[in-house]
Amino acid sequence: MDVKVGVLALQGDVSEHIDAFFLALSRCGCGSASTVIEVRSPEDLFGCAALAIPGGESTTISRLIGKNGLYEPIRQFPGGIFATCAGMVLLARRVDDPRIHPLGLIGMTVDRNAFGRQRESFEADIPVDGLSGQPFHAVFIRAPVATVVDDGVRVLARVEQGIVAVESGKHMALAFHPELGGDTRLHERFLQACGL
Amino acid sequence: MKLEELRFGTELLKRGFASMQKGGVIMDVVNAEQAVIAENAGAVAVMSLERVPSDIRKMGGVARMADPEKVTEIIDAVSIPVMGKVRIGHFVEAQVLEVLGVDMIDESEVLTPADEQYHIDKKQFKVPFVCGARDLGEALRRVNEGAAMIRTKGEAGTGNVVEAVRHMRAIMGQIRAIKGMSAQERIDYAREIEAPAELVAECAERGRLPVVNFSAGGIATPSDAALMMQLGADGVFVGSGIFKSQEPERMAKAIVEAVNHFDDATVIARVSRGLGDAMPGLDVHTLRDDEVFQSRGR
Repeated sequence: MDVKVGVLALQGDVSEHIDAFFLALSRCGCGSASTVIEVRSPEDLFGCAALAIPGGESTTISRLIGKNGLYEPIRQFPGGIFATCAGMVLLARRVDDPRIHPLGLIGMTVDRNAFGRQRESFEADIPVDGLSGQPFHAVFIRAPVATVVDDGVRVLARVEQGIVAVESGKHMALAFHPELGGDTRLHERFLQACGL
Repeated sequence: MKLEELRFGTELLKRGFASMQKGGVIMDVVNAEQAVIAENAGAVAVMSLERVPSDIRKMGGVARMADPEKVTEIIDAVSIPVMGKVRIGHFVEAQVLEVLGVDMIDESEVLTPADEQYHIDKKQFKVPFVCGARDLGEALRRVNEGAAMIRTKGEAGTGNVVEAVRHMRAIMGQIRAIKGMSAQERIDYAREIEAPAELVAECAERGRLPVVNFSAGGIATPSDAALMMQLGADGVFVGSGIFKSQEPERMAKAIVEAVNHFDDATVIARVSRGLGDAMPGLDVHTLRDDEVFQSRGR
């Protein structure tokens, strides 16, 4: 099957997400005409089976989602959403910062910069529920955590400071950056959960 | 998860941090009040410093790292990353900023150099560095020393984008040139531009620098910012351009939008309307040799 995946391209590590999804699509055996496109306006969402919300500055991306008229279109988006770091903040229902207008698509409370500043950013191997093989090598950069999750949200991974990976319906939100490591197991699992 | 299993300050974390800034505007601020204005306007990070570059030009004398009290005040005021400038080669100023919790250090030619021979050995630090460059050789020497981000130097504090354009075109042109070279020619070229051969080969294969490349030094309007993005910058630093303009808040917001829609002239036209005066500009050709910042460090 040929699949079109969109990456929200307002700010952040967009090209890394595009590369990782291209790799994941080929590893999943999706059709050779599958594409990954940049999403900057509501029209770009048309025909996308899934959407990625990248890492970056959540306050900036939140502001630009509003400015670009993408808030409701993303909320109404019928496909799955794959969100990392800032993306996880934006998908939450509740965020500890009033300047962020979260999309509210996953029932959880998220704290920004839960680990501290850049010097506290770290890499670690963490077990992820339902992922076979080696633990996942996770890259945390000024990362958030979820402190509370509502019913129906499945916790995939947690560390001492809180929950760092969740699944809810077709959506997946991660506090770390799988797009930076070359390991696409979580991307593949997301695509499968979306039925792709 | 045990503490000894965590790895801090790795190359991947440093370059990853820089990648998260892409498509963003990093604004120079001198106090908490300006930092809050920058954050609310949509800056991805702020650069804390004692004086903006155009004031450094006016004051003369030796320009140094900002007072730690000021840096801390800015860190406490915002939730976005805070960067700070140190003098070229001044590794103790860098140690101080690292202790203060700054998220990225700019080893900057805008301050008075502390070492005329060596740049900071940036691999010794856990915090990532950004460094200025005018061409591919200079950029790759800084990457080799451990810089996680490059910014083209331009000529800071002039409000004149001409040098920023010159440096971005130089780097992009050189990368295009090495893409067409044979392996042998690349080795020869690496020697010529005084850059490590393996980094030249990496740039040629990837068609870009190994790290994120921002533009800086002279950006004063939304059009200037969009120009640098269209020339291939991953994002922009705006120094004096915001807080030396007539209406900093509106200018800051307009530049953020122009960077977001850098290839859409309709948006740039809309956000540029009635912004008031941009910062006063300087003709770069009228500067004396000792007033040219970009030639500091090579």
